[in-house]
Amino acid sequence: MNPKLTRLLGLLMFISFIALGTFLLLSALNSNIVYFFEPTKVINKDKTFFDGKRIRLGGLVANGSINRNGIETIFIITDGNNSIEVQYNGLLPDLFSENQGVIAEGFLIENTFIADTILAKHDENYMPREVAESLKSKGVWKGKP
Amino acid sequence: MLFSLLIDFGHLTLVLCLFSSFFLMVLPIFNSQFENDFLLKTVKPITKLSFIFSLISFIILMIGFIFSDFSIDLVAQHSHTLKPLIYKISGTWANHEGSLLLWILILQFFAFLLTYSSVPILFLSKVLSIQGAVSSAFLALCLFSSNPFLRSNTFPTQGAGLNPILQDLGLAFHPPILYVGYVGLSVSFSFSIAALINGGIDRIWAKWVRPWIMIAWVMLTLGIGLGSFWAYYELGWGGWWFWDPVENAAIMPWLLTTALIHSVMVLENRNQLKAWTILLSILSFSFSILGTFIVRSGIITSVHSFATDPKRGLIILSILGIFTIIPLTLYVFKKNLFNTHRNFNIISKESTLIINNFFLVVSTLIILTGTLYPLGLEYFTNKQITVGPPYFISTLTPIMLIIMLFMGLGPIINWRENTFRNSILKILPSIILSFLLFFILIVFYSLSFSALLGYTFAGWIFANVAILVLSNTSIRKIFIEYKFLSSNQTAVSLAHLGIAVFAIGAISDSFFSKEVTLRSYPGENITIENNVLKFDSSIQRIGPNFISNTSKLILYDNAGQIKTILFPEKRIYPIEQQTTSEVAIHRQFKRDLYIVLGDGNKNSGYTFRIYLKPFISLIWIGCILMVLGGAFAIYPKIKLRIKSWISN
Repeated sequence: MNPKLTRLLGLLMFISFIALGTFLLLSALNSNIVYFFEPTKVINKDKTFFDGKRIRLGGLVANGSINRNGIETIFIITDGNNSIEVQYNGLLPDLFSENQGVIAEGFLIENTFIADTILAKHDENYMPREVAESLKSKGVWKGKP
Repeated sequence: MLFSLLIDFGHLTLVLCLFSSFFLMVLPIFNSQFENDFLLKTVKPITKLSFIFSLISFIILMIGFIFSDFSIDLVAQHSHTLKPLIYKISGTWANHEGSLLLWILILQFFAFLLTYSSVPILFLSKVLSIQGAVSSAFLALCLFSSNPFLRSNTFPTQGAGLNPILQDLGLAFHPPILYVGYVGLSVSFSFSIAALINGGIDRIWAKWVRPWIMIAWVMLTLGIGLGSFWAYYELGWGGWWFWDPVENAAIMPWLLTTALIHSVMVLENRNQLKAWTILLSILSFSFSILGTFIVRSGIITSVHSFATDPKRGLIILSILGIFTIIPLTLYVFKKNLFNTHRNFNIISKESTLIINNFFLVVSTLIILTGTLYPLGLEYFTNKQITVGPPYFISTLTPIMLIIMLFMGLGPIINWRENTFRNSILKILPSIILSFLLFFILIVFYSLSFSALLGYTFAGWIFANVAILVLSNTSIRKIFIEYKFLSSNQTAVSLAHLGIAVFAIGAISDSFFSKEVTLRSYPGENITIENNVLKFDSSIQRIGPNFISNTSKLILYDNAGQIKTILFPEKRIYPIEQQTTSEVAIHRQFKRDLYIVLGDGNKNSGYTFRIYLKPFISLIWIGCILMVLGGAFAIYPKIKLRIKSWISN
C-alpha cells in the first residue's frame, strides 16, 4: 500500500473512532437526562410522556399538605395554579417545610408523583434555582428580586 | 478610627499589588527593547514586594473578621460576634470576595516562591510576567466587582452569620488547600507560555516545571479528598461523590494534571510529547479558571455557590476567554517549536503513558460534556434539565478500567524499546496473580462484571507495584547500604497503590452499601445486618451557637457487650434560622456504620436513615497514599533548593 492510502485509512479510522465515541457519549447523556417541570407543565402535557421517565418536579410545598405516616410522607407541590400530590419514603431534608421551595425527583405514576429524592433549599438566601425562576414567572415569588 | 485607617490601608495595599503585578507583566516588553540589566534586577524584589502587599491586605481583612468589625460590609454579612474564633478566621474565605482575595494571595505566593527557583533570570522574568498578567486580571476582578473592603452603611451589632454547614473544621481548610492546587497550575501555565514566546521546550524546561506541577497535583488531591470527606460526614446524604457541577469542576483539572505529570515525565526522559505537554499545561489552568467561573458566576445551584452576580460571571468568563484563547493562538503559531524526530516504540513506558494520557483527557471531556450540557441547553432552549450520576458512572467506568490496566504496566516497563518476550517475562508473575484473583472472585463471590474487573485490576496494580519494589531493592540494600527505592520509585509506588486502594473502596461502596430508613421509639432495638443498636433516649443539648436534639444509640457486639455509643444530632442555629444534621459514624476498617437522624418527637417516634458502607475508609486512605506519593516526588527537589539557598 502506498503511504498516502495508509494515511487516508488512518484518518478514516480516527474519524470513525471519534464519531463512535461521540455517539456513545451522546446516547449515554440522552438516556440520563432528568427534565425539570412545574405542576402546570405536567398537567398540560400528554401523560404518556411521563411513562417510565425520571423527572424533577418543583414548586412550593402547599400549606397544610404535609402528612406523615411512619417513614412515608405525602405532601402537595404547587406552583400557584396547579398542584400535584407527592409520595416519598425516607428522610426529609433539614429545610423541608410548608410554603418553602422544593424539588422532588422521581416518577409520575397515575397523577401521583412517587419521589425517591427530595431537595430543599439550603438556607434563607438559597432556593433551587429552577423553582425560584418558575415562581418568579408565576408572580408568586416572595424572596429577594 | 484606628480600624477605619487600617481597612483603608488594606484597600490601598491591594491597589498597590495590582500596580506591581501590572509592572511585572509589562517589564519583559520594555526589557527586550532596551536590554536593560537594571530592569532585570528589579524583577525579584518587585515580585516579593507584590506578595507582601497582598499578604498585608489579606491579614487586614482577617483582622476585620476576627474583631468583627462590622463597618466592613463583607464582615457584617458573613460573620457574627458569637461565632467561635476558628470560624471567624475561616469566615475570611468562606465568601466570594474573601476567597477571591485568598486566591490572589496564593497566586502571589507562588510568584514569591518562584523567585527562589534556579531558573535563569531572563526566562524567569518572562514566567513572572505571565504570573503578573494572571494576577492583574484577578486583582482587577477583585477591585472592580468584588471588593472585600467595601464599607457598610448600616452597623449591625451582631452580624448576619455564616451558613452553619460551613462551620466545620474540615471545611475551614478545604478551600485554601484546593486553591493552592488550582492556583499552583498557573505556574506550569506561565512556564508554558514563556517557553512558547521564548522557545526552549526541552528536557531542562521539563525538569524546572515538574515539581511545580507535582505541588499543584498534591494539593488538588488533598483538597478534593478533604472536600469529599467533608461531604460524607457533614451533608448526611451517605455518599462521598455526587457529580455535582462544582465537584466536576475540581476533578477535571485533577485529571488533566494527572495526565500532565506523566507527559512531562516523558518530555524529561525522552524529549518527546512537547506539544502535548504544553497543551495540557494551558488546558489544566483554563479548567481551573473554568472551575472558578462555575462556582462564582451563579449559573449553577450547589452547596458551593456564592451569591449571584451576572456582572461578576461575565468578568470571569472574559478572564477565562483571554487565558485560553490567546495561549492557544500562540500555540498554533509556534508549532515549529514542537519538532521531535524520534519515533515511538510500541512496547515501552512512554506508550503506556501516552495511552493513559489520552484516556485521562477523554474522561475530562466526558465530565465537561455532562457538566456544561444542562447549562447550554437551558441557555439556548430554556429547558431545564440535570444530568444524573448514571451518565458519569456508565461512561467513565470502562475508561477507568482501561486506565487501571495500563497504570499497572507503566511503572515496571522500561523506557524506549523493549522486546515483547522480556516485557512478558517481567510481568508474568502479576499476570498469573491477577488471573488467580479473577477466578477466585468468580468462584467465591457473585460480582457484577465491572466490580469483578475493578477488583482484578486493583490487584493487578498491587502486584506490579510489588514487582517494582522487589526488583529495585533487596535486604542487602536496605540493611547494609541503608538504601531503599529512589524517591521517584517510592513516589510512583505510593501513588499507584493509592489509586488501587481508592478503587477498592469506591467499588465496594458502590456495589455493597446497604441502607434502611425507619421510624423508632426510645427503648426499641434496631437491627441492620448483624449490628444491633438500641435506641436509648433523645436528649436536648445547648451548644455555643446552636440547640441540638441528640439521639443516643448504643451499639452492641455479638456477645451483648457495649461496643460504642453513637449520637446523631439535629442542630438548630437560631441566628441563621437553619437546621443541620450531624451524622454519627462508627468507623471500622471493614465498614462504616453511618446514622442520620431525621425529624420526629416523643409521640410519633424518630426517623433514622442507617447506612452500612463496606471498606469506605479505603477511599480516603487511597487519597492519603496518593498525596504521600506526590510529596515523595517533590521532597528531594525542595531539599536541594533550600540547601543551595542557605549556602548562598
